[in-house]
Formats: sequence, structure tokens, C-alpha cells
Amino acid sequence: MSDLSTFREETRSWLEANCPESMRTPIRSFEDIYNGGRNPEVSHPDQKVWCDRMAERGWTVPEWPSQYGGGGLSKDEAKILREEMARIGARSPLDSFGISMLGPALLKFGNEEQKMEHLPPIVRGEIRWCQGYSEPNAGSDLASLATKADDKGDHYIVNGQKIWTSYANKADWIFCLVRTDNSGSKHEGISFVLFDMATPGVTTRPIKLISGSSPFCETFFDDVVVLKKNLVGEEGKGWTIAKYLLTHEREMISSFGAAGGKKTLGQRAAEVLGTDASGRLKRGTLRATIAQYQLDTMAFAATMNRVKDEAKAGQGLGPASSIFKYYGTELNKRRNELLLSVDGEQALGWDGEEYQEGEIARAWLRSKGNSIEGGTSEVQLNIVAKRVLGLPDA
Amino acid sequence: MSLVLNEEEIMLRDSAAGFLAEHANVDAFRKHRDNPPPAGFDSSLWSSIAEMGWCGIAIDEEHGGLGYGYTGLGLIIEQMGRNLTVSPFNSTVLMAATAIAQFGTADQKAAWLPKIASGEVVVSFAIQEGGIFDLDTLKQSVTENAGQAHLAVQKRQVLDAIAADAFVVVAKDTQGYQAFILESDQVSVQDQSMVDARRSATVTIDTTVNPDQRMDAEALNQGGLERALDIMNIGLAAELLGVSAEAFELTVGYLRERKQFGKVIGSFQGLQHRAADLFAELELCKSIVLQGLRAIDAGDDLSVIASGAKAKLAQISQRATNEGIQMHGGIGMTDEYDIGFFIKRARVAEHTLGDFHYHLDRFAAQGGY
Repeated sequence: MSDLSTFREETRSWLEANCPESMRTPIRSFEDIYNGGRNPEVSHPDQKVWCDRMAERGWTVPEWPSQYGGGGLSKDEAKILREEMARIGARSPLDSFGISMLGPALLKFGNEEQKMEHLPPIVRGEIRWCQGYSEPNAGSDLASLATKADDKGDHYIVNGQKIWTSYANKADWIFCLVRTDNSGSKHEGISFVLFDMATPGVTTRPIKLISGSSPFCETFFDDVVVLKKNLVGEEGKGWTIAKYLLTHEREMISSFGAAGGKKTLGQRAAEVLGTDASGRLKRGTLRATIAQYQLDTMAFAATMNRVKDEAKAGQGLGPASSIFKYYGTELNKRRNELLLSVDGEQALGWDGEEYQEGEIARAWLRSKGNSIEGGTSEVQLNIVAKRVLGLPDA
Repeated sequence: MSLVLNEEEIMLRDSAAGFLAEHANVDAFRKHRDNPPPAGFDSSLWSSIAEMGWCGIAIDEEHGGLGYGYTGLGLIIEQMGRNLTVSPFNSTVLMAATAIAQFGTADQKAAWLPKIASGEVVVSFAIQEGGIFDLDTLKQSVTENAGQAHLAVQKRQVLDAIAADAFVVVAKDTQGYQAFILESDQVSVQDQSMVDARRSATVTIDTTVNPDQRMDAEALNQGGLERALDIMNIGLAAELLGVSAEAFELTVGYLRERKQFGKVIGSFQGLQHRAADLFAELELCKSIVLQGLRAIDAGDDLSVIASGAKAKLAQISQRATNEGIQMHGGIGMTDEYDIGFFIKRARVAEHTLGDFHYHLDRFAAQGGY
């Protein structure tokens, strides 16, 4: 028997023995997703049990090296683990920015001491992280950020404000861009630092959106002490790390565009609005708009697959990947607008029995943010024009 | 289905690109336009194309072809689109050979496919009856008399008819579709040329058909016609991809050079965003065309992907060529510049066998709404 089939067999029996029944049911809402942290929020006590059991083997992050608490699995083994989890419908034991964002950055740019200090608690779900990037006056122009870190020998004193900090009010630590130098170009003098959100001088305030409550916060720093050992990479070179992480973030956001239920929007429209004798949707102009949306969705999905196949074939991430964030989020906005056209005022209900807490309306409003967060559509087009098409700066 | 080209496919694409850029490029097209050869195409170029085996690339080995499939055919057609190559490749190889392979009798396949594969014959495909392609508008034109068929019909947009040795004609009878392979002396050809300087005739037919000219009506009516048209439209989408990509690259090249207000116009964000958006759309076009070609070779159902690919490429080829002229400014309107050739070819190729609206409608209908 090959090593991989032994691994599969052992994994299967371990999962059977250790995955609680309650963690084999589908995720119904955000509350069912376990984010860990010092004060974990759970919708079921088994969430923590499941996370702890998986973390013990490093399987909350199967492919991270085992010296940092990860599973140390090969790509093939990790794939088998995913397949075996899917086989019994096991939920992901832990989702966090530590896993998806900070971890990859630390593995690439952090020193050994930082990796040893921060990666294992991420694996175990003990520390929940948030990302301090945007500021009130540094959105699309992120590099103009002004949160200041003054050098005090063995530590910095940080003053300033961040905005759009997801889950800042629930996070234990923050990875944060600060300005350590004002003398050079705006891209220089940015540093990437880590600190505890419980440090005196840190306060947060949740932001309410047009779609209702949100995970976003404003975050304020008032004479916050940050030890220099928590500087990642070189002082003044944080922009490189920031860009690396933004690429990650954009990949995550662009996948929203591929979302869709079992029924296509066109089929749903046919059910809700009816068809003529030839089976065509009664509202002809809406039909054409939906068809155009469906067609673009199909071509976009084909493009995601093509880029995956090209990467697998060792051709690297071609220029096509630069359009994902832009195109995916614009598609998602189109989809949400079309849902209003199909469902009418039923989709605009906000509160009341018939409106399921305004689910459709809130999703529609929230989708407007997709083409803003993580780099606006306009910034994405600037990047394509300059880096891919080679057009010059103004 | 892998959406990446393998090494062999990349070699084929590159060698087609190299050959066409040297022997059948846009300058050659301009000469053709200015001095159209009597046959409607350059016969020495056609011989070279045949010698390279391109005519038989999608014809199975049993019938003298290479059996390489439609992905290879599509890669060649895409390069022909880039170079605006004029030849009977579309009429004979993409259309007639596909039709014969899908609904020809065994004897017809044995008689015609090897000759097409070797480049010996030009065969036209005749189906359209009105001024715009629409399968639903074909009129009953076949009558049966004591087991013998009589066909009386006028067909429009018959490519390369003036040079054709034979015609694959699709028509309607009381039951459904009938198709025939006619000899050139059975039809009357009114030769005309289109805005893209390609020959496209109106063909008048009033003839009794020999029994061995009748194609396989069962195959034709049980999905064969639809599949043949789907393959042809995916091929046309591949050509439109080449036309669009080349027009776009010409345009971006111009944006990098042309100066106004003391600056390269490509530095203006108003133009940058339009170009970047078009780039994104063209990336989607590449994916959907490749998916369509792979689907043909995999034997998958083609109705959704074929109409999807044709509609998408119809739309984006419009945008790429319209923007091409607009971004070139005044010189884009002059005959001296090449960009005008691309808009002309793009529209004719779009309308061949169904334009944007025809295929978007079919895409929706196939999608269940």
C-alpha cells in the first residue's frame, strides 16, 4: 500500500473518531464559522473542541511547517485531508486572518523568533488577528498613510487612526502599517509592525454601513507602545509586505464573483416572472441583460480555470490574473442588481416577516463595497494599464 | 478539460503565426483588396496552406486528415484572424468539411473529405436565405417526386462560391431539414464581395438532385445540423478572437506613441481605463474560445458554449474595433491605416451564421429562460 493510501486510511479513521457530529452539519450563518481568539465566540461548544483536536495535529493549517505548529503536510496529503473532510461534511475548524493573511506574510518576511512566537498561537486559534491598513485619508492611495511610529530606542510610540479594520473590536493583535520615516518618497518609510490590541491607547469603534451592521471598525492609536522586536522585515520596507498581502486579499475578494446557487439567475427569473409559449422569459429586455450577465459569468469562470491550469502547467500566473479582482467584484454587483430586477420590491424589504431580515437588500448594498475594498476597480484598472499594457504615468 | 495549451499546440500556433505573418499578412490583404484575384483568393497561398496539412487538421485519419482535432483548427483560424488572411479555409475546411463529417453519408465522406484534406477542392456551404442569418426563416424548398428530390431555392452569403467545385446546401422540406452536395453546374452563382473584401455570392438553385447527392437526413435532423453549426460558430469565434486581439494590440501600440497636449495619450486615465477594461474582456474571450474548442474535441454538448462564445466574441470584437478607430482618432478613419480593415472583417465574421443578438438569444433559450 502506498504512503498516500495509508495516510488516507488513517486520516479517515481519525476524522471519524474525532470530528463531533455537530461539526458535520452545514454552516448556516457567520456565527457558525469559528475564528478563535482569547474570547472565542461560538454558536456551539463543539466548535472549540473540534478546533483544539485539529490544532493538536497542526491540521487547522495543514501545509504550514510543523516546527511552527502546522501540519507539515505535503500538497498531496493536504488534498487528501480536504477530501476526507469533505467526505463526512466536516466544517473548517478555524478561519482567521492569522491563517489567511498574516501567516503567509510572516513565513515569507518574518524572522525566526517572530515565527516561533506568533505562528503556533494562530494554528491553535488562541490569538485572533486584524489588519490595520486603510486610513481616513489613505484609501486608494494607501501609501500616503500617516499613522506615525516614533523611534524611542527599543520601542516605537504609535499615534494615528485606521479605518475599515475588520473585526478590530474582536481581535487580540493587529498587523499594522505605520510611517517610520517621512523624508523619502511615500512608499518608503512605511513599516509593518505587530502589537497587542490590549495595549493601552488602542480603542475601536464599529462602523455601521448602508447594509446595516458590519465587521468594520475605526481604530485609534494614542501613544501606543510597540516593541521593536515586533517590526517585521526591515524598517521602512513595509510596503513590500503590504503589497504581497494585498494580492492575497484581492484573490479572496475576487472569488465572490464566482458565487452562485444551484439555479442560475436566468432560471430563477423564469420561475418568478414566467415565460412565454417558446419558454423565453416574459420581460425581454431583462432577459437580454440576464443573458449577458450569465455569459460573462461563464467566461469569467473559464478564465479562473484557465489561469489555474496555466499555473499548474508551470506557466506562472499570467496577466489574466490581474483582472480577477476588478471583474469578479463588478460581476457580483451586476448579479445583485439583477436580483432586485427579478424579485422587485420583495428584494427591497428591510425588516418584517416577509423579508427575512432584508437578506437580499443587505447583500445588494454590501456588494457595492466589493469594488472599493482591497483596491477599488479604478485602482485595479490603473494597475492593468501600467503593468500589463505598459502605458505610461500621467 | 485542460484550459492550457500543450507544447505541441503552442508549436502549431507559433508556426501558423510565423507563416501567416510572412506570407498572408495585413499588407498582403491590402494588395488583395486593391487587386482582387479572379478566384477570390491567392491560389499559391492556398496550396501552401494545404501542403502544411492545415486543411485536414480536423479531418479524421480514416479520411485522409491528421485527426488532430478542432483545437488545432481553432488555433490556426485565430492566427488567420490576426493576419486578415483571405483563403477558402472558412468555407471549405471549417464549414463544408464539418458539415460533411457531421451529416454526410459514408460514401460522401469517403469521396469529399480526403479531397478537402489535400486542398484539391473548394467546397462552399450554403444555408442562409434572408439578409440576416436565422435558421427559423428557412422556407420549404425541397419537393419529393417519386423518390427524387427537387430543390428550388436562393441562398445568400455563400462564401467562395465563384471558385467552388461543390456546394453543401442545407434546405427545408415538409418534415425538417434536407441537405445535398451539389456540383457547380447545378447552381447559378451571382458573385459579390462584402465590406471585408471577401467574396460572398447569392446562389440560385433550381435542380433535380441525384440520389447519391442526398446527405444523411437522419443525422442532419437528429442533432447533426446543430452540432455542425455550433462547431462553425466556435471556429468563427476563434477568428474573431484573432481579429480583436490584433486590433487591440495595434491600438495600445498607438496609445504608447501618439502625443497630444505634450504627452503620450496613453498616459491619460480616460483612455487607460477603457484599454484596461478591454484587456479584461479579451482575457475572458480567450478562455471561452479555448473552452469551446476543447468541448468540440471532447465530444461535449455544444449548444450553450457555442452560442456563448460567438455572442461574447461578437460583442467584444465590436468593442475592440470601435475603440480601435476612436482611439486612433482621425487617422483611424483613413483607408491608409490598417485598423479599418479589422472593423470590416469583424462585422462580417460576426454576422456569418448568426450575430450577437441571435446567439445571445439562443444562449438564454438553451439556459432555460
